[in-house]
Amino acid sequence: MSAKLTTGQTAEIAGPKKAFLIPKPEVAASMMNRARRILLVVGSEAIKVKTKDGDLIDTAIRMASSKRITIAATGHISGEFRRRGAVGVHGISIMELGDRLRDPSWSGLDNGGPYDLAVFMGLPYYLEWLVLSGLKNFAPSLRTISLDNTYHPNAGWSLGYSPQEEWIEILDRIVSNLEGAG
Amino acid sequence: MESRESGDLVKRDLSLKIGEFSSTLGVFKDVEIQVGRILEEWEEPLGPTPFPDITALREWDLKLLSRYKPFYMPFCDLCCLCTFGKCDLTGDKRGACGITMAGQQSRIVLLACCIGASAHTEHARAMLNHLIEEYGRDTPLDVALNTNVEAPHTRLVCGFRPRTLRDLDDALSYVESQIVQLLASTATGQEGNNLDYESKVFHVGMLDHVAMEIADIAQISVLGFPKGEPEAPLADLGFGAIDTSKPMILVIGHEVLPSVEIVNYLMDQGLFGEVEVGGLCCTAHDTARYNKRARIIGPISWELRFIRSGIPDVVVIDKQCVRTDVLLECKKIGSPLIATSEMSCHGLPDRTHDEPDKIVEDLVERRIPGALILDPRKVGEVAVKVAMKIAPRREGVRPLGVEESGELAKRCRHCGECTRACPNNLPIMEAMSLARNGDFTLLSSLYDLCVSCGRCESACPEDLPIVSMINAAASKKIAEERSKIRVGRGAIQDVEIREVGRAIVFGEIPGVLALVGCANYPEGGGDVARIAEEFLKRRFIVVASGCAAMAIGMTKDEEGLSLYEKYPGVFDAGGLVNVGSCISNAHITGAAIKIANIFAKRPLRANYEEIADYIYNRVGAVGVAWGAMSQKAASIAAGCWRLGIPVIVGPHGSKYRRMLLGRREREEDWMVYDARTGERVYIGPAPEHLFYAAETVEEAIVMVAKLTMRPNDTSKGRAVKLSHYIDLYQRYYGEMPPDLHLYVRSNADIPFTMRDQVVAALEKAGWVEGKIASPDPTLLERLIRRRL
Ligand code: SF4
Ligand code: SF4
Ligand code: SF4
Repeated sequence: MSAKLTTGQTAEIAGPKKAFLIPKPEVAASMMNRARRILLVVGSEAIKVKTKDGDLIDTAIRMASSKRITIAATGHISGEFRRRGAVGVHGISIMELGDRLRDPSWSGLDNGGPYDLAVFMGLPYYLEWLVLSGLKNFAPSLRTISLDNTYHPNAGWSLGYSPQEEWIEILDRIVSNLEGAG
Repeated sequence: MESRESGDLVKRDLSLKIGEFSSTLGVFKDVEIQVGRILEEWEEPLGPTPFPDITALREWDLKLLSRYKPFYMPFCDLCCLCTFGKCDLTGDKRGACGITMAGQQSRIVLLACCIGASAHTEHARAMLNHLIEEYGRDTPLDVALNTNVEAPHTRLVCGFRPRTLRDLDDALSYVESQIVQLLASTATGQEGNNLDYESKVFHVGMLDHVAMEIADIAQISVLGFPKGEPEAPLADLGFGAIDTSKPMILVIGHEVLPSVEIVNYLMDQGLFGEVEVGGLCCTAHDTARYNKRARIIGPISWELRFIRSGIPDVVVIDKQCVRTDVLLECKKIGSPLIATSEMSCHGLPDRTHDEPDKIVEDLVERRIPGALILDPRKVGEVAVKVAMKIAPRREGVRPLGVEESGELAKRCRHCGECTRACPNNLPIMEAMSLARNGDFTLLSSLYDLCVSCGRCESACPEDLPIVSMINAAASKKIAEERSKIRVGRGAIQDVEIREVGRAIVFGEIPGVLALVGCANYPEGGGDVARIAEEFLKRRFIVVASGCAAMAIGMTKDEEGLSLYEKYPGVFDAGGLVNVGSCISNAHITGAAIKIANIFAKRPLRANYEEIADYIYNRVGAVGVAWGAMSQKAASIAAGCWRLGIPVIVGPHGSKYRRMLLGRREREEDWMVYDARTGERVYIGPAPEHLFYAAETVEEAIVMVAKLTMRPNDTSKGRAVKLSHYIDLYQRYYGEMPPDLHLYVRSNADIPFTMRDQVVAALEKAGWVEGKIASPDPTLLERLIRRRL
């Protein structure tokens, strides 16, 4: 599967430290499988992004249930998760979340201790870019992954841009892989 | 000191005075003797911090910053400010000068705020110098009806009561000297600590509000703007309000003097009905304050689209938020450009000292594309004459038509570069695909979401005029774009403050919401009107200024009415108050200051900390700059922070790269003194944040309701505020707010109609009554009246 280094917005180019490109879905899945405590951060645009499961919210729910991952729903999107009957979803704004993720003493949304991996998807491009920058610079012990269909230079690892159909496939393979390992 | 003939003398005396004030309280008496005129005695004694220097309020700043710790989101990992660089500051690396990433981010925030405050200060300076020259130094100030406290910021910060334009000059000199020092601190190898930079950010924000106040009260006093009148007239707003059959002068920017002279010339010549004068951005607000028949076309984001319409026969720019490619755009439609400020000369020949008719001839005959004229009166004459002469010649100039757009769309290569360049990620490529087949619906729908930045056009390899194509597709919508806005009324009257002060401080009026700032909206300006209406219905006081005030007026209901026609302009529950242009923002914070002074009788004069402490703990005011874009918006926000007023920005506001966020779960962060006893008590996270970017408008609406809560709320007031917070949270998040237990202090705080739900939620959260105190709250030890 091809992955080009196309970013969401032309001017948002990377600094000297930039995300590793996730070469194939299995790599993302294995990073997630190896993580101790994952937070899946889902932004307000998830509802507009079509996936095999319906939209990105449905995919997030599927992903979370496969590995008992906690979902942080940003913006006001937690209401939508709730309407779809998802459990274990925490509504928290992206600013409040970013601020806490950089704090190694934060005990997490469920008081279960700090997260070692935060997986991002569905935020407005520039907002995710900035929060990932905050974490890249100020949360050295947190690993971050972006699963959006674009390259996010400030993540630790990021998918690249692919034609929409391919990306839908990639995402599905990541979730299937998690389910297999679940 | 009585010898005050020249401006130089004033400045010399003032710098002496500032130097003296930088030391301790002890020197006050001496200083007062030296600067007798401006620091004359009045009934109010001089407070502790007249003309505060950079560190005078540092302790206060650090108190706030210990609650609201900066969260930095670097927009750039490098620094290239000196030849040691570029330096990579990623993570824990340091620059060659030793600076950290946190230090660098706060430094950039300070730089941005210095730029913003300088813009307002320069504006105030140009305005004041002009008015002094025209009307004399001793021209008295006459700011608002029924008002004694004419200049709350100047009184609070500088410690004197300005009576004339000359007095304003003194205050402005202080602001200017401070900004130079603040800017100096950003030089390589100066400040090293990010919190010290942040304190300086607060300082420049405070100064900015003094500068804005000076600029606005000077123009209100002299130019006959509405003087705090709740029933200020309604003016026409929108593209469709322009009579295109007449010659049209477009004014853009922020400093109203050239526009005033255009209106004066038209009146003097009896031509007002024959020429249209329309404005963009704050100049439009202020021209309409001068004469309500001037049209307000729209906010900054209308600049490209309105020039591209081909309607303006001449474009007059003054300063700030003017597109720097304006000359290029004017050339495209064959309209001359008149630049009127040293701030933006645009490479044009300086014709200030030439005969007006000679300039007119050269412009009409197109010997020059435009002219720089640094004399507002001459601008008035030249602009009118050029518009009238050139209009008939320009009749052939038409904007791009729909059919042509369809043809152009066929050239689209589907590369997607436009969308990648678009800050709002708009589906331009898809719209082009449909347009080439004659379906313009998607292209037309982009009109409401596009901020007209033109980035898509720069990116397009086919050089497609995308903004013009969107305009063409939306031409019907544009023609109908006509509504009403109440012109900027300026200050809030002292009598109004007296009437509502109590209800605000005790929380019975649930909050004061200020909708301010620029037009960099994530999904169009309609969101601002939506926020306004939500809180007007809830009987908040809604104040507005600048582009946000226009955005509110642009949304109409089914009957074609804007919110300005449906809600009164009073500063009272359910009132919608347009204060005016960006510089009128000083009246919004000024109203908060006046609540502390007039209602609560806290001494105002040079008493910054105490007044800020009062506002912070008692006045449920929240600013929302949904489309904040400029450095000016940043410095305005900084002035709010120092006063303890929280500010919410839209998602693009995250690019200011630093938030000030509280941590509600850390009880130790939310302690105050009870001024009655000196006891330190826990008051819950109110207000939770000081600077916050919301991702969605729904999130912002809920956050507004939450941030109005203050430790001083009475139970009745807290119950009202909680009922709005709970109602809105449930509407958008579908559940009870998870932090409810942090805001209910006692059973009496529980909103009556929601009792069962709230009690259940509190039980679940393990709430105990009385854990959260209801003290006479203060952060200032010196305000404790009696020790335990
Ligand atoms: S100012 Fe400091 S960080 Fe910036 S380029 Fe110079 S040495 Fe490097
Ligand atoms: S002009 Fe409009 S469509 Fe083009 S990049 Fe700017 S916001 Fe997007
Ligand atoms: S950048 Fe121009 S050519 Fe490319 S998709 Fe957009 S409109 Fe078409």
